[in-house]
Amino acid sequence: MDGTSMGFLDSIKAAFRSLFGAKQVRIGIYGPPNAGKTTLANRISRDWSGDVVGSVSEVPHETRRAQQKKGIQVGGDGNALTIDIIDTPGIATKVDFHDFMEHGLDEEDSKQRAKEATEGVIEAIRWLDNVDGVILLMDSTRNPFTQVNVTIIGNLEARELPVLIAANKIDLDGSTPATIKSAFSQHQVIPISALTGHNIDMLYETMVDVFGRGGR
Amino acid sequence: MDEAGVNLISSHMLDGMSTEEKLDFILEEVRQGEVLVLERGLTPDEQSRLIERTMGDIDPDSEDGGEFIGIEMEGYRDDGRPTWLQKLLGKIRPPRMTLIGPANKLKTIHKDDDVIKTIILGK
Repeated sequence: MDGTSMGFLDSIKAAFRSLFGAKQVRIGIYGPPNAGKTTLANRISRDWSGDVVGSVSEVPHETRRAQQKKGIQVGGDGNALTIDIIDTPGIATKVDFHDFMEHGLDEEDSKQRAKEATEGVIEAIRWLDNVDGVILLMDSTRNPFTQVNVTIIGNLEARELPVLIAANKIDLDGSTPATIKSAFSQHQVIPISALTGHNIDMLYETMVDVFGRGGR
Repeated sequence: MDEAGVNLISSHMLDGMSTEEKLDFILEEVRQGEVLVLERGLTPDEQSRLIERTMGDIDPDSEDGGEFIGIEMEGYRDDGRPTWLQKLLGKIRPPRMTLIGPANKLKTIHKDDDVIKTIILGK
């Protein structure tokens, strides 16, 4: 991150402090498998606390239990925001152990991973009852009109939870974040690359807007 | 080629069921290889419950070799958020038509706001 963006990050941090005071905000990162949820959780956690949340992999369902990074301190001097990041397992309507075998796992490991993946999906859905806001992560190289995205958005709207959509992987050829903006025009959509950090400051700025009235 | 039934389910039939009864019915049909077209689909909460129930039913070590790998489900979205008047009156938009089938038979090949294209696979 260069000096300009560091300065901008400082101003975002100040905005967080003034908006949230000492509130605690629990933000769930949701999306289908392989959208880049853990990469984003690690990015946020590293930027604000210098730590990481979990490991990433190209094999689907790498995150099979919700991972929390609690107490990410934003600001200080008795006027700080504490963010709990919940990196949730990818939500899917199907889990086929043969898919893991195609990624080089043997049959036994693939079946075990499939079992854990199904449990992870259930856990992710149940976490919806315990978050103050959601970052819905979509892979901008893929069609956003999936039932998983529709189901997540529908649940968030029914619960009246604040949500912002991050259109991830804009560093890749073929990414079309405009398609996501068009598909979900009623929500804030921020094109980002969680991997490279491109546009991540815009994400933080929008988090202030969208989650600013949340908290417990 | 294996046959697959495609059953159109009226809203009248599902309206008379509780959420759990609907999910029992859907999963039983889908696990038998049927493809269902629901005249009126499921609410977001029912959709997430269906996903939970589906995940609970997937067993890679089952006697049939883990044949049930989940569901394919596609439907149209609600037309935006409810208005303040609808909220005030407690009116919920009815869910829109939804297609549900076994994931090893029903594949979505295209979906946008206006068209859902699927194919039913045989052996």
